[in-house]
Order: sequence, then structure tokens, then C-alpha cells
Amino acid sequence: MDLRYSESDERFRAEVRAWLSGALPKLPPKPGPHDWDARRAYDTTWQRMLHDAGYAGINWPAEYGGRGASPTEHLIFLEETERAGAPYVGVNFVGLLHAGPTLIAEASVEQKAAHLPKILRGDEVWCQGFSEPGAGSDLASLKTRAVLDGDHYIVNGQKIWTSFAHVADFGELLVRTDPDAPKHKGITWLILPMDAPGIEVRPLRTIAGSSEFSEVFFTDVRVPVENRVGQENDGWRVAMVTFSFERGTAFVGELVRSMKLVEELAELARKLPRGSGSAWDDGGVRRELGLIAAQLDGLWHLTKRTITESERTGVPGIGGSVFKLYYSEVRHHLGDLAMKILGTAALATEDEPAVDHVHGWIHAMSISIAAGTTQIQRNILSERVLGMPKEPS
Amino acid sequence: MNFDLDQEERALQAAIRDLCKGVFPMETVRALETSGGVSAETWRALDEAGVFSLRLPESDGGAGLGMTAAVIVFEQLGRALVPGPLVGTHVTRSHGAPVEKLTLISRGDQMIPYLSSSDVVGVLDAEGVWVIRQNEIAAEEIAQPLDPLTPVLRVSSLPQGKNVSDAETASLVRLESTTLTAALLVGIASAETDLAVAYAKERQQFGRAIGSFQAVKHICADMLTRAEVARAAVYAAGVHLDGNGDGDTARAVTGGMLLASEAAFANGKACVQVHGGMGFTWEIDAHLYLKRAAALVALHGGADGYAEEMAAML
Repeated sequence: MDLRYSESDERFRAEVRAWLSGALPKLPPKPGPHDWDARRAYDTTWQRMLHDAGYAGINWPAEYGGRGASPTEHLIFLEETERAGAPYVGVNFVGLLHAGPTLIAEASVEQKAAHLPKILRGDEVWCQGFSEPGAGSDLASLKTRAVLDGDHYIVNGQKIWTSFAHVADFGELLVRTDPDAPKHKGITWLILPMDAPGIEVRPLRTIAGSSEFSEVFFTDVRVPVENRVGQENDGWRVAMVTFSFERGTAFVGELVRSMKLVEELAELARKLPRGSGSAWDDGGVRRELGLIAAQLDGLWHLTKRTITESERTGVPGIGGSVFKLYYSEVRHHLGDLAMKILGTAALATEDEPAVDHVHGWIHAMSISIAAGTTQIQRNILSERVLGMPKEPS
Repeated sequence: MNFDLDQEERALQAAIRDLCKGVFPMETVRALETSGGVSAETWRALDEAGVFSLRLPESDGGAGLGMTAAVIVFEQLGRALVPGPLVGTHVTRSHGAPVEKLTLISRGDQMIPYLSSSDVVGVLDAEGVWVIRQNEIAAEEIAQPLDPLTPVLRVSSLPQGKNVSDAETASLVRLESTTLTAALLVGIASAETDLAVAYAKERQQFGRAIGSFQAVKHICADMLTRAEVARAAVYAAGVHLDGNGDGDTARAVTGGMLLASEAAFANGKACVQVHGGMGFTWEIDAHLYLKRAAALVALHGGADGYAEEMAAML
């Protein structure tokens, strides 16, 4: 076993680093959190820069315009971009990380040609219409209905937690096409043009005060049959296909950010006054910081193991689910400890030194809910990895 | 980068697992409670399998392997609850001293495990490594040790001993023995998970296996998660000590030991809980894993010390 990188990996790292140091100063100033047109422009400008430099779709196969990088190179790329403070994937999230890979695996030649190059160039922004008010953890119980009418599906219903819906050009939409079939067997995956008549987007304010999520309402929205990806009623399988692409890198950016934050928090604890000394004088605080640092280091090593395993076997191992569950817990602990160390300094949420730590504390509460709650992750691990019997439903 | 067991490492892992099954089945381990220690014969079986010499060069009768291989071996020994002094004997042999059995402590330790069955005791302090003959140490046997399979003696006076190595060697010996102790703990954390899962699949209440209830299966998922992350961290510590790391070696070792300590301790308690009333009986093995974990952690300075060390590196 060897945790060091190969010469070619190190060359790749040097190349990424050099490019970042030249590219980042050329970015326009970061727009405010609620100026959505400006945020779309900022994120897509960055995507275009990545594209022109050959870093767009870093892990997408080369035949679809990606770089075809190995999981190790992907890890290096995520690590370097995060360390350099490069922009987050932002509004390009769904296109690059979910809809795009789904189209690569399941779409027709025409559908791929129409969308993949534009997603990579930052010309097309996607959102995800999966969750519904009545279909969260039990996603397959979704009710948004699509009825075939000639060469169109007529869509009625409601989605929620649709990120970036108000700036998106297309959505990956899951609809119920057979209400009589078992819940997983009556779902269809559609490419939804967001400018179709009958779509209403209502932004949703989160506890972070942000508005990247929306509720989306559908009233007799007409979607051409040619926008269907995969067969009718086979949409559940189509939607799940991206999981087979996961190579253990899904949360690397998150992890690197948290590793940076724990270092900053230790520094902050040494500075923040407590009584006649500093917060660092509290042995309990020090040991909690030490434990969190060890846990994040452990996740870094777990990531390397998952990547190696997936490079060898070509399929994701158990590392991904283990990571998500464990990281969520550690992220909560890191946020809670930051709140304890900050004390009343936490009240000034947009100021130094609170800003990153308080945002992180709130962010932790979405990490343990989004993409499978901590409770769902425990079900997955115990049933699929440990082989424990399902709870009768 | 390659952080997965290769074919040879898998073979080594399987060989040690089979050895443990043959030499240390649970009945044998439990019988040690009354017999008071490992027989010379079973100790020789471990020795002949290379448990203590695998890091020596082939010319010296070893296998020329590194710390990563030793971690793989010690994880299996931990799983099987093989009694010691494993770590002290292995590390001392690896540094060229042909001891039969050596228990390793830090100066200032109040308790010495396996003292009666060890010929010599190795002592680590800031100046180096010291050896003391067993019969020069005044100590009293603890009648009911926490782990019934880890005999300990309370020291009343510890002589200075004979200096055998310098401070630099002492700190390397400390890193190696911490890593191998962590490997034992990772093995224990996994064994505890397996034991709890097997019981939860089998035990019926309310007309179904208790493992079908989320309240029970979620405990098991957390056990798996703790063991997996600790394993990655402890393997990484071994890889660092072999010079193939991607960061600071002391940090990798300290972090690995901290996670392994937490995992083995928490999983041990969870294992008892999943077994319900049976878990509280002496008959069920759950308490043996928990007590071994607690004893190993306590004998190596306690988890808090490693958390402090980690914090000091931030």
C-alpha cells in the first residue's frame, strides 16, 4: 500500500495548480447571494473557463467531451480547486454531477448531442425535479402525473427542493406515468424545458436565509415525447444509474473545506478570550478539536481506499455510504464546537470570525438530510452491506 | 497511489485468520481465564507463523515485510482476542533483540500487563529504551483484572533498568507500538460489529428478527462505520511508518490510535446493548471484546491523551 501519488499524478497536480493561479485572478468579483442572474453568470463563466482549459467534466468520458480523468486525478483536481478557493460548482451542479452523467448512460444520440456539450461549456443550466412534498425519503412514492396525449406528455403536480430552478434552462423530471403499477415501476424520466408554459417557480427560503431551492408547480405542462430518457415507466432505474458512477469523490470538496475549517477553528480558539486566557485553555475544547481532526483525517484515508477499490473493481464499494453517514456526524460536531468556541461572536453571522463557521454549522443540518438522510444511510448500510432484514412495511 | 490490500496482503490476512482459528478458537481463548496465560506451545505457533519476526530481513529469519503488513496481521490477532504481550514482543524483535516475550510500558505506568509470563520488561521514556528483568520488579498481582484475559500487576517500584536504545529509537518504538495496538483495536471493533450483526439477524422478538428494527440495525450501521473509518486511519498509519505516506507520520499514528480506541470502546458497548439481557451475561463473548478494548486503551495512556496530541498538531 502506498498513499503517495505517482509522477504523472504529481505532474497533473502541478498543471492544475499553475492553471488555477493564472485563472482565478481573471474571475469577476463574486456576486451577492440573492442576485441570481449575476450568480448564474458568475458560475457559468467559471464553467466556461474550465471548459476552455480542458477541465470541464473532469471525470466524464472523453467521447462525451469530458477529460476522462482517473478517480485519483479527480481527487487531486477537487483537492487543488478547493485549496485554491476556486468557485464551487454552483448552478452547474445538477448538469455536471447528475443530469449529465444520466444522459451519458441512458440518453439517445440526439439527446446527448443536444445537451452534453452545452452543459460542459456552461451554456446550459439544469435543475432537478425529483422530491415532492409527499415524496422525500420515500422518493418512489412521487405523484406528479404525466399523461400521454399524442406526441406530448401533459404534466400536472408539484416538486420541491428544486435547486437553481429559477435560473435553469432544463430540469431532470421524474413523473408518474402508471399509477396502477408498483411505485418503482410506474415512473418516467423526462427532460423538462423550464420555459414551457404552465411552470411556476416559487423560491423557498431555507434556514440559511438562502434561496437556491424552489417549489415548482406544473399545470398542464406539455413535454414532447422525444424528451423522454429511457423507456416509459423505467425512470426509477434511469434516475438511479448515476450511483454506479460514484467513485468515492462526491464529498471531497466538502471534506477538504472542513479540514481547513478545523485548522482555522483551532487558531481562533487560541485567540478568543475566555476568562483570563483563551478558549484553547479548555482541555475539553482541545480534545474535541483533536478528535474531529482525527476523524476528518480518517475520512481522507477512507476516500483514498474507496478510490483505489473503485479503480480496481470499476464499481463503487461501501466507502461512499460509510463516508456520507460518518461525515454528516463529524460535520455536525465541528459546527457545534465552533458555536461553543465563538460564543456571542456567533451572533454577528456575516462578520469575521463567525461567518464561515456559522454558515458551516447551519450547512451541517442540510448535509445530514440531503441525498439520503442519516437515517436512510443507516438503513442502506445495515440492509445492503451488513445484510440485515428489512423492516416490514 | 494504492490504498487497498494487494494479492500478497490478502494472502497474509487469510493465513493469519486461519492460524487464529486453528490456534485460538474462542474456547481456547476463554480457557485462558482459568489457565492464566498462553501455553508455550501456542506462543511458539504464533512465533513460527512469523507474527514476531515478519519485519526482520529474510537473512535473519524474517519475511522482510513492513509495518503495513504488521498492521494487517495485528488486526487479525485483535479480532481473535489473542493475548499478549504481542506488541512488545513484535516491536522489540523487529529492532533486533531476540526476546521470547517482552511487555512494553512507559515510565510512570502503574500497571504492567503480562508481567508474570514475560522474561523482561521494556520501558520507554524521554531518554530512550530501557530493559528490566522481570524478577527485579516489585509488583503485586491484581486478583480480578478488568479484562479477565489480560493479567496485570501493580508496580510498587520500578528500577531504572539498563539502557538499550536512544531517544530517537524510543520515539520510533512508541509510534510502532501505538500503531500495532491500534490495529488490535480495529480488529476488536470489527469483531464486535460482526458479533452484534449475527445476533440481531438471529434473535427473534415480536415475531421477527430484532435486526429488522431500525432501532437495532442503526446501532449496527454506526458500528460498521466507526470500524471502517478507524481501519482506514490505522492502515494509513502503517503506510506512513513504511515511508509511503502522504502526510505527517506522527499525526497519522495518533489519529489512527484515537479513532481505533473510540471505535473499539463504543462498538464494545453497542455489542453488549444489541445482545440485550444475554449481553450482560458472562457466557456471551461481548464483554470480552469490550473489556479487552478498555484494557488496551487504558494501558496505552487513554484516548484523551491522543486527542490532546492531535490538538497540539493543529
